[in-house]
Amino acid sequence: MAVRDKRSGNEAVGIAMRQMNPGVVAAFPITPSTEVPQYFSGYAANGEVDTEFVPVESEHSAMSACIGASYAGVRAMTATSSNGLALMWEMLYIASSDRLPIVMAVVNRALSGPISIHNDHADSMGARDAGWVQLYGENNQEAYDNEIMAVCVAEHPDVELPVMNCYDGFITSHSVENIELLEDDAVRDFVGEYRPGHHLLNPGAPMSAGPLDMPGYYFEHKRSQAEGMICAKKVILETADRFYELTGRRYGLFEAYQMDDAEMAVILIGSSAGTAKEAVKRLRREGVKAGLIKIRVFRPFPAEEIKEALKGLRAVAVMDKSEGFSTHGGPLFHEVSSALYYGDKDLLLCSYIYGLGGRDVRVEDILQVFKSLSDDIARGSAEPYCRYLGVTDKEKEEAADGI
Amino acid sequence: MKEQDLIQPFTPWQDTTRGGNIYGSGSSKYYRTGGWRVDTPQFEAARCVNCMRCFLLCPDGSIALEDGQVTGIHYDYCKGCGICSEVCNAGAIHMMSRQEESAHGSER
Amino acid sequence: MDNMIEIRWHGRGGQGAKTAAMLLAEAAFDTGKFIQGFPEYGPERMGAPVTAYNRISNERILVHSNIYEPDYVVVVDETLMDTLDVTAGLKKEGALLINSPKSPAEIREKCGGYEGRIYTIDADRIAMETLGKNFPNTSMLSAVVKITKVEEEERFLESLQESFRHKFEHKPQMIEPNMQAAARAFREVKE
Repeated sequence: MAVRDKRSGNEAVGIAMRQMNPGVVAAFPITPSTEVPQYFSGYAANGEVDTEFVPVESEHSAMSACIGASYAGVRAMTATSSNGLALMWEMLYIASSDRLPIVMAVVNRALSGPISIHNDHADSMGARDAGWVQLYGENNQEAYDNEIMAVCVAEHPDVELPVMNCYDGFITSHSVENIELLEDDAVRDFVGEYRPGHHLLNPGAPMSAGPLDMPGYYFEHKRSQAEGMICAKKVILETADRFYELTGRRYGLFEAYQMDDAEMAVILIGSSAGTAKEAVKRLRREGVKAGLIKIRVFRPFPAEEIKEALKGLRAVAVMDKSEGFSTHGGPLFHEVSSALYYGDKDLLLCSYIYGLGGRDVRVEDILQVFKSLSDDIARGSAEPYCRYLGVTDKEKEEAADGI
Repeated sequence: MKEQDLIQPFTPWQDTTRGGNIYGSGSSKYYRTGGWRVDTPQFEAARCVNCMRCFLLCPDGSIALEDGQVTGIHYDYCKGCGICSEVCNAGAIHMMSRQEESAHGSER
Repeated sequence: MDNMIEIRWHGRGGQGAKTAAMLLAEAAFDTGKFIQGFPEYGPERMGAPVTAYNRISNERILVHSNIYEPDYVVVVDETLMDTLDVTAGLKKEGALLINSPKSPAEIREKCGGYEGRIYTIDADRIAMETLGKNFPNTSMLSAVVKITKVEEEERFLESLQESFRHKFEHKPQMIEPNMQAAARAFREVKE
C-alpha cells in the first residue's frame, strides 16, 4: 500500500494536495513555499486533478479567494510563508470566524525585517491568535501526513476551523529525504468528500455569510468559535488513530522522546527536534537522563498533557524559534509556563530563543542547552530564565562554546 | 424567513449560528429603516413615465411597483437619501423636509 | 556517528552541482539507504559559487543541521579553489575529489595542509568527449560513487540508466553519451 520514495517537503505536500483533489487552489508564490502551488499547477495543467487553479495577485487575494471558494462548498487549499502569511493577516481571522475548513501549508520562514529567506517560526507564531488549528512537522514525512490529516480535522463538524500545516523552510521544504507515500485511493478514501452543511450559490437553501455583529452578538459568535478549537483536540487525536490504522505511523499532540525516566528535557518544534533527538541519543549513551518533547499541535495548545508529561522532571528548556519581544521568553515558553502554573512549580524552567533567520542549529548547540540545564539543577536555580542560543554576544563570549 | 426565525441579541452561544451565518433569505424585510428618514420623497403619479430609474437606483429597494408601474414609496424602509428624486427626469419625485411636512402634510 | 557519511559539493550555479547531489541521493536511495540532499540558498545566479550537501546512512537520519565536517568534499569547478577553502572541516580520514586534469599530487600543493586522500577526475574532458558539452556532473557523480563505495559499479550504472530513462524521456539521444561518461569516470578516477 505504501510507496517508498524520496521527496522534498514541498513535493510531498504537493502530492498530498493532488491526492485530495481540492475544488479550488488559489495561491501566490513566495520563497520557500512557491513550489507547492507550482507543482500543483502542473498537476492541474495535466488534468490530474479537477481543481480550479487560481493564480491571484497577492496572498491577501489568495486567502480571500479560498474563503469564497470554501463558502461556495468546495475544498479550498493554499500555501504561503513569511510575509505572504503576514499580508493575508486580516483574512486569516475571517477564514476562522467564518468557520471555513481551509487547509494551508505554511512553510516557515522568518518575517522581514531585515529580509530573510531562511527558516524560523516568526510567521506562524505571529498568527497564533487567528483561530487556526496549527500543526507542526519535523520532516517531509510529517509534512505529508499532516497535510492529509489537516483536511479531516478542518472539515469535522465539531471543528469547522481552518488548519495550518507548518514545516521548516528549506530545511524540510527543499531537502530531499526518504518518505513513504500513500496510494492515491488510500488518501482519497481517508479524507472522503467535503460535504458542508450549508454553502453559498445554493438557490434551494439561500444563506447570508460574513455579517456585521452589533455588541449583542459578537461575543457569542467568538465563544462558539472557541468551542471549535476546544473540540479540535479530540478530533485531532481521533484522526491520528484512524491514520495509524491506515499507515502504522503514530501521531499525537506532541512526541515524547526518551521521556520515561528523563530528568532534563528540551521542548521544541520542527526540524530542530530531529537534531535534538540526536543530542539526546548521545547523552543517553553517556548515561545522562535526557529527553525531548516535540510539539506537533500548537493550536489548540495541549496544556493538560504537557503538564502531565513534565511531571517528575527537574529542569526543562523551552526553545522558541521566534522572538515575540515579550522580553520574558518566547511564545512556546509562555504556553508551557502557564500550563505549569497549575502543575509542578518546583520544575526549573527556562526559555531559549534560537535559530532566528536560519541560524543553524547543531547537535552541539542542543548539547550546550542540556549542559546549562544540568548546571541549573546543580545550583538549584533557573535564573536568569530568559536565554538566547547561538547569537553572537560580546558579553557571553567567555562562556560561549564558540558557536 | 419568518420574523420569529430572526436570531435575537444575547442568544446563548450554543444556540447561535456558526460564523453568524443567516440561513434563509429576505431577513432585511424585518429591519424597518423608515424611522431613519429626515426628508421624505413625494411621488406624483401623473408625472411618472415608468422609466424605472428610481426603482433601479434606490439603494433600499423602496420604490413600490405594481404590474410594471411605479405606484409609490415603501415608507417603512425609505431612508430619505434623495437618489430617486435626483435621478427622476420627469420631475415626479421631490423631497419634502420635515418642516414642509408639518406645514403642508404629506403622502406619508 | 553511526555509519553515516556526509558529503559537501562545491560548484558554480548552472554546472549541475545541486543536480549531482540529488542524483547521488537517488543512487544511494536505490540501494535502500536513508538519504538527504539539500543545497544552500542565498542570492544567486549562473556562475556564483553554490554548495550542496548529502547525508547517506543505513539508519533514519534525524539531524537537520548544515554539514560542518564532511567525510567527502567534491569540487566540480577547480577555479573555486582560488576563492574558498574547499577542505574546510573535511575529515582527515575523508577524501577530496576535484574535477581537474591535474594529478592528486599537484592538487595537494593547493590544499593548505590537508592530510587526507585526494582524487582527481578530468570530468570536463570526459564530458566533451562523450556529450560534446561541458556538463561534468554525470562523471562527477560516478567518481563520487566509486570513492565512497556507496553503490557497486554495475548496480549503480543500472539504476543510473533507469533514472536517465525518466530524466531524458524527451531527449533519449542523451542517455548513451551520459552512460559512457559515467562508465569512463569509474575507470579514470586518479588517486
